[in-house]
Amino acid sequence: MIAWQLPAALAAALFLLGLLGLLARRSLVFVLMSIEIMVNATGLLFITAGMRWGNPDGQVMLIFVLNLAGAELALGLILILRLRARLTTLDGDAATLLRDT
Amino acid sequence: MERWLWLVPAAPLFGSTLLGLFGPALGNRISGLIGTASVGLSAVIAVAIACTWGGHDATHTLWSWVALPGFDVNIGLYLDPVSLLMMLVITVIGCLIHLFSTEYMDGEAGYSRFFAYLNLFVAAMLLLVLADDLLVLFVGWEGVGVCSYLLVGFWFGEAANGWAAQKSFVVTRIADIFMLVGLLLLSVDLGTLSIQPLLAAATAAWPHGGAVATLAAALLLIGGLGKSAQVPLQTWLPDAMAGPTPVSALIHAATMVTAGVYLVVRLHALFVLAPAVLAAIAFGAVVTLLVAAFAGLFQSDIKRVLAYSTMSQIGYMFLALGVGAWPAAMFHFLSHAVFKALLFLSAGAISMRLHHEQDIFKMGGLRRGIPVAFWCFLVGASALAALPVISCGFFSKEMILGFVWAAPGVGPALWGAAIFGALLTSIYIFRAVFIVFFGPVTTEVSGAYGLRIVLPLVVLSAAALTVGWLETPAFLGHREIFSAFLAPATGVVARLPVSPAIPLAGICVPLAGLGIAYGLYRSGFWHAQAARPAGALARLLRSGCGFDAVYDTLLTQPFFWTVRVLRHDPVDQCFGLLERGAILLHRGLRRSQGGKLRRYAGWLMAGSVATILLLAFG
Repeated sequence: MIAWQLPAALAAALFLLGLLGLLARRSLVFVLMSIEIMVNATGLLFITAGMRWGNPDGQVMLIFVLNLAGAELALGLILILRLRARLTTLDGDAATLLRDT
Repeated sequence: MERWLWLVPAAPLFGSTLLGLFGPALGNRISGLIGTASVGLSAVIAVAIACTWGGHDATHTLWSWVALPGFDVNIGLYLDPVSLLMMLVITVIGCLIHLFSTEYMDGEAGYSRFFAYLNLFVAAMLLLVLADDLLVLFVGWEGVGVCSYLLVGFWFGEAANGWAAQKSFVVTRIADIFMLVGLLLLSVDLGTLSIQPLLAAATAAWPHGGAVATLAAALLLIGGLGKSAQVPLQTWLPDAMAGPTPVSALIHAATMVTAGVYLVVRLHALFVLAPAVLAAIAFGAVVTLLVAAFAGLFQSDIKRVLAYSTMSQIGYMFLALGVGAWPAAMFHFLSHAVFKALLFLSAGAISMRLHHEQDIFKMGGLRRGIPVAFWCFLVGASALAALPVISCGFFSKEMILGFVWAAPGVGPALWGAAIFGALLTSIYIFRAVFIVFFGPVTTEVSGAYGLRIVLPLVVLSAAALTVGWLETPAFLGHREIFSAFLAPATGVVARLPVSPAIPLAGICVPLAGLGIAYGLYRSGFWHAQAARPAGALARLLRSGCGFDAVYDTLLTQPFFWTVRVLRHDPVDQCFGLLERGAILLHRGLRRSQGGKLRRYAGWLMAGSVATILLLAFG
């Protein structure tokens, strides 16, 4: 029996890594990649939870999450392309069109 | 002839509408003609009705105004001796004053506007006196109030005139509110406001001296006091002299200010049920006539002398009402209307020739300069002072004094005050006569009178010399034409026999006043008194016993203070705090909306972590 703590810790580490990337990187491609990492970290946590309680729902959720991630990635890439066409840069900090003040 | 009665108020109303709509386009000549002719038509119809009148009261219902279950108001005209007398006085004197105005107002801006207002006033006043229903009467009552406001403020270019107009409007309006409450009380309690059924119902339903009757009479009386410029609501009248002189003659002397007297006479059956109110009327009247007479002694503006004399003479009428002598009050109303219109018109005629100078101490020796005005003013002054036999004021005042002396209880005390008032009246009016007309000539007289000035003066002078003979005391033939004429409306009020000393005092006192005024004039006292600065007592009496100052401190100042406080709406400012707080919050929070994606993500995460921690450990 593999201890569930290890993959859970891995998931947490992956999630934090993705979060760090999201907050630290300015390139929107990297931001998108960081989000993918965080989504996959949750997928790993679902698997781990399914293993821990012997429930297949965790694996079902992983497939669901992967689907969502694919759809979100497609949308995200489109938005990045549009933004690049408009701002001629991939810098997320330059995209402040919605700011107040 | 009576079926033309509706035309009496309708003709001036029509004239006013015509002038109001098309006045400036018609030109001054036509405007004056329309204004005078419409009132003249009323006067002719009124005289014709009086000549052919059968002697029985009649109601002419024109329309139904309000028809509710248990409460009907008809717009109707009621003709009885009292309303007939009032109608005659208003239309005839009104017509003369219109005629006078056509020349007096020549060259003034707003000529047609003046006649539109004047006609509207006459229409409203006629509606007031002819009304069959108290609600219709109230319409006329408010109508004359509005016209008074418009005419006092006729020369609105000067701020002081506007203030005077507002004062007269506001003071009478305060009184009118009481009157309105009285009308509501009557309508709720008796179910009708139609005067004759109302009086019958009141007599039947209310006991003598009952609380409701006293309350209703008191409320109506306050309305009358305001309109008639009696203490404590008299302060507007001297200021109302800001209007053109014919206005003062018509409104503030001859007709409108006697509306209160008319109201009490019209509803005397109701007032008889409230002896306490009648006593208050008599007491207030004595206070008014003394306050006004003292104030008259110290005025230097000829119109203000006459204004205070009006207050004091209406005080005599109210005194007569207070002792139940309705015919005496109406008789004094008649003679006062004649001689006061005469005095005001002569005063206007004088100032016309002196470039609108009204200060008596700047006049002098005008007896030779303008003899017409002198003789007319003299006739008016002798009537006001009640010089015996030759003047109408003597007969009416003598009648009032006789009734007052014979009144049970406080009669002699009231009489004493009234006769003292008569002495003061005689002194102050002849003071004005001597100062204005005698002595060295101090001012240059310019211009000349046309027929339209002279004719009204002469007619009114002739009337002032003669109307007194309608009712004469025992030692002068004991004629009772006037009280016999009024008897169907007022009931027979028998004169109680009084000792011969009473009429003798009535004869001597005005002559004594004349003598005192002459003596003080010859010794130069009046001019010396005017020249030196007035003492505290003189200033108090001059201002009409300081009512204005008291009201200013007690009512006007606190009111304006409240207005200043409320101007910025303190309640709204509390809600303004909410608004300002929201704006401050908004300013703080909008800084967080920087458009930085990464910062949003960071906050999102922080929020998530905080929520999880809260759920896990909270």
